[in-house]
Parts: sequence; structure tokens; C-alpha cells
Amino acid sequence: MPHISLSNLMVAYGNQKVLQNITVDIPNNQITAIIGPSGCGKTTLLKTLNRLVDLYDEIRVEGEVRIDGADIYDPKADLLNLRKKVGFLSQKPYPLPMSIHDNITFGPRIHRMNRKELLDQIQELEKHIPIDSLCPNGRQEETRHSKTHEMAYLVEYYLRLAGLWEEVRERLHAPAAQLSIGQQQRLALARALAVEPEVILADEPTSALDPISAQLIEKQFKTLKNHYTIVVVTHILRQARRIADYVIFLYLGELVEHGPAEQFFSSPRDERTRAYISGEIS
Amino acid sequence: MWCRGPRLSTYQCSFKPRKAATTSEKRGGVANAIVGSLCLAFGASLLSFLLGLPIAFALQKEYISRRLAQITRLSLDILWGTPSIVYGAFGFIIMVYLGLRASLLGGIIALTLLMLPIMVRSIDEVIRMTPPELKEASYAMGATRIETTFKVVLRQALPGMITGVLLAFGRGIGDAASILFTTGYTDYIPRSLFDPVASLPLAVFFQVATPIPEVQQRAYASALILLIIVLLISVVSRLLSHRYSRHIIR
Ligand SMILES: Nc1ncnc2c1ncn2[C@@H]1O[C@H](COP(=O)(O)OP(=O)(O)OP(=O)(O)O)[C@@H](O)[C@H]1O
Ligand SMILES: [Mg+2]
Repeated sequence: MPHISLSNLMVAYGNQKVLQNITVDIPNNQITAIIGPSGCGKTTLLKTLNRLVDLYDEIRVEGEVRIDGADIYDPKADLLNLRKKVGFLSQKPYPLPMSIHDNITFGPRIHRMNRKELLDQIQELEKHIPIDSLCPNGRQEETRHSKTHEMAYLVEYYLRLAGLWEEVRERLHAPAAQLSIGQQQRLALARALAVEPEVILADEPTSALDPISAQLIEKQFKTLKNHYTIVVVTHILRQARRIADYVIFLYLGELVEHGPAEQFFSSPRDERTRAYISGEIS
Repeated sequence: MWCRGPRLSTYQCSFKPRKAATTSEKRGGVANAIVGSLCLAFGASLLSFLLGLPIAFALQKEYISRRLAQITRLSLDILWGTPSIVYGAFGFIIMVYLGLRASLLGGIIALTLLMLPIMVRSIDEVIRMTPPELKEASYAMGATRIETTFKVVLRQALPGMITGVLLAFGRGIGDAASILFTTGYTDYIPRSLFDPVASLPLAVFFQVATPIPEVQQRAYASALILLIIVLLISVVSRLLSHRYSRHIIR
């Protein structure tokens, strides 16, 4: 069963409808790319998936968004738990105003996870992605932090998982604001992962980054998809081709076409998709 | 002995405790006014900070409606621009109502009224400069609005808040009109909140226009000390806010 399933979703800012009639299932443990021209509602769609749209005034959401079977817009739904389960990566990274270390521990701290829960969380994750596999070849003994210091171990694990550890291991207590923007984006990824979400939403996560940093993020996503469901908004078609397993194409607030990436790019069914892929509309 | 201007001897005299100088006496220093002013300004800063911080935080859109926030801001701006003699008069009314005599506490209340709008609005402005995406990042991890306010927004706004607090302090310590009716004036250093208290601005006000040169000099000395205190405050505020701005996100 898919984690996320949308049916007849409509989203409006005040009277202006920006999304209509969206019905789609997002496949588990794959990378789904949401593509479409600027202003077609990609960010809005992404933010409806963990109710970040709630932060806007006058937002209206109709229809259903089910995650693991439960309607997340149900008035009784647990908002904080939803956001814990569905992490979000913004277009421009915003490190929290604290040290690198504290950025990673922020999630576990606000969710008041105790020692045992932390260890369980990492142990569970290590079954799928062992920390040795995150170390460069032959340097496995370098995992400095033993499991007796669970927070330190957690910080190291998630920084490695986001591919940032080697660059920051010597300055974990430096302000996160000092990192380069590419490093900040990977820090944001590590920070989001430390809450142990099941789904990761990413809104054009590489658009503020240089090509090398962008590649690092893409590479990290490909590693992570075995264990997480990833939804990426992108306006770069080549990026969608590179990383997506499944594609959702929005045009003027409507869901025009969706399907497995291979089929979507090789034999699009809709005229507008064909035009968009060939670069006639943008 | 010390006739021309605030020489060193002034300050030596200043710190002879307890008995300072009456406004008409030739001898004596201004320790009563220095201590009194510091007590007034610190007391009022503390009180207006404790009252003002929650108000400033509550003005965020997570807590109250945009309309109410706008109205509050507008009112505070009007209060900010209100002449301080009005606060003095109002403080006096409150004092009478509470059955207080002219005292340190009365002065603190009047000064708090004066400083509160400055405190709230300057803290509010730095809070509003917090990028919405920063809050969003916190909410996206499942933080509540309280956690977001205290663990993220507070840290981000800290350097600016320090400046705001010291701005209010500077305004408060130099104000004469608001404490004119509320503190009284005395030669002594106050022993409790209910004692009358001297202050630097009033030391200037009461002494500068006398025909006795020694007393006049004391007024100039008070003015100079006041200036130095305000200068120190702005230096300290810069240092502190620089020190705490390492972490903030632009
Ligand atoms: N906070 C808001 N209030 C009102 N309208 C908004 C708001 N945010 C977005 N919109 C409108 O909703 C529509 C969709 O915006 P959205 O940001 O979802 O587009 P997008 O596909 O992400 O575009 P881009 O590729 O430029 O990021 C736009 O027409 C935009 O003007
Ligand atoms: Mg967008």
C-alpha cells in the first residue's frame, strides 16, 4: 500500500485556486519527481503533504490526502506526528541559529527522545544502512563515537548519512551559519533525517547549489531511497531524468500526467507533456 | 575646592556614601543621583522586559490575528511618541491610586510605562526580521509554536533584543519628566523601594539654574555622568550583540 495517496485534492489561497483535481498515489521507497513550469503549484502540492501550508493565512484545502491510510487533514489528526513522519527540505537551506551539532539534535530534543529510543532508532536504521557502508573505503575504524554516547553517535551517523561528516567532524560546535550553502543543504538533510521520517519532501533542493553540491545531494537521495520515500520538486528536466523513478507533471494547477519515469519520458500520453519535455513550453 | 567643572574631586565626593548633597548646599557629590538613576533604570528595564518580551512574542502571527497585531503595533508606536511628561502624570495617578508616596517604586512604574512601548516594538521588529523559512524549518520537524518561538526565534532575535533592551534603558535613564512627580528627590541613597530617590536628570534639572556656582557645577557633573553612562550602554550593547550574533542566520 502506498504511504501517500491523494484524491481530488484542491488547494486555494483565498479565492485563487492553485491546485485542482489532483488524484495520484505516490509510490513507496522511490524517488518521485514533481515537475512543471514556474507557478504551476509544485511547492504548494509538496507543502500540502506535511501541512506546512497551514502556516499560510487563508489557505483552503479540500479533498483527501491519506498517509498510511489516515486523512491528514482530519481535524483530529496529529499534526506534529505527521510532520515528524514527513520531513521537508526547502529550496534554500536555513540552518537553525545554533551549532552544527545542535542542528542535528534539534529534532530528537523536541521530540524528547530518551536514550533507549535514540539507540533503537539508530539500530533499526543501521539494519538497512550500516554505518560502515557510509565510511570511505578502509576508514571504517574511524567511527569515533561509540554507542555509549548516543547523541554523539547519532550526530555522526546522520552527518555521514547526509554525506557531510568528513567536512565538519572537526568543528561540530561551530555555528551552522558558517557552512557553505551546499554544506548547509546537506546539514538540512541530516537534520531532517535525524527525526527519522518515513517520507522526505524536497523543494528544488539543489537550485541554490553549485553543480558539485547538487550532485552530492542527488547521490545522497539515491542512497536514501531504499529506506525512505522521497518526493522532489524540480524544474530541471535533466535532474528528473537522472533521479526520478516516478514523475508527476503539473500544469496550471492541474495534474496532467503521472507515471513511471521511463514511460513518462519515452512515451508521454498527453500533448502538453510532450510539449514540456521537448522544451516547447516552460 | 572644586569650582570649575566636574574635576576628579567631584567623583571622589560622589562616592562618599549615604549623605550626599542637598540641592542648595555647596558641599557634597552626586552619589545619591547616580545610585538612584541606576536603581530606577535597572528596575524599570527589568520590569518592562519581563512585561514586554511576552507581548513582543505574542505579536507573531502564530499567536494573534494579523489585525489585532496591527492595532497593537499602532498603539505602541503612538505610545512611543508620547511626551514623557504624560507618563509622569499618568504614573503619578497610578501612584496615588495605589496609595504610594513619591518613591523609587513610583519612579520605576512611571519609567516602565515609558520604556514598555520601546521595549516591545524594538524586540518585535527583530522578531519580525526572522526569515519565515527559518520558522518553517522548525515547524517542518514537528516543533510546536512554543518550541519554535523559544528555541529558534529567540536565538535568532537575541542580538537585536539586546540592542532593544539597552535602547530602552538609555531612554529611561535620561528621562526627567516621567520621574518628576513620582520619585521625589533626596540627599540619601534609597534603602527600600518605598524611599524617595534622587536621579541624575533631576539633579541637572534642580541644580543647573541656581545662582550658587558650586551647585551649578554639580549639575554639569551630573549631566556629564549621564552622558558617560549612555555612551557606555551603547558600547556594551554593540559588544554584546556582536558576541551573540555568531549563530544568527541571514
Ligand atoms: N502564500 C501565498 N499566498 C498567495 N498565493 C500564493 C502563495 N504562495 C503561492 N501562491 C500562488 O500559488 C501559485 C502556485 O505557487 P507555487 O509556489 O506552488 O508554484 P511553483 O510551481 O512552486 O513555482 P516555482 O517553480 O516558481 O517555485 C502561484 O500562482 C503563486 O502565485
Ligand atoms: Mg516552488
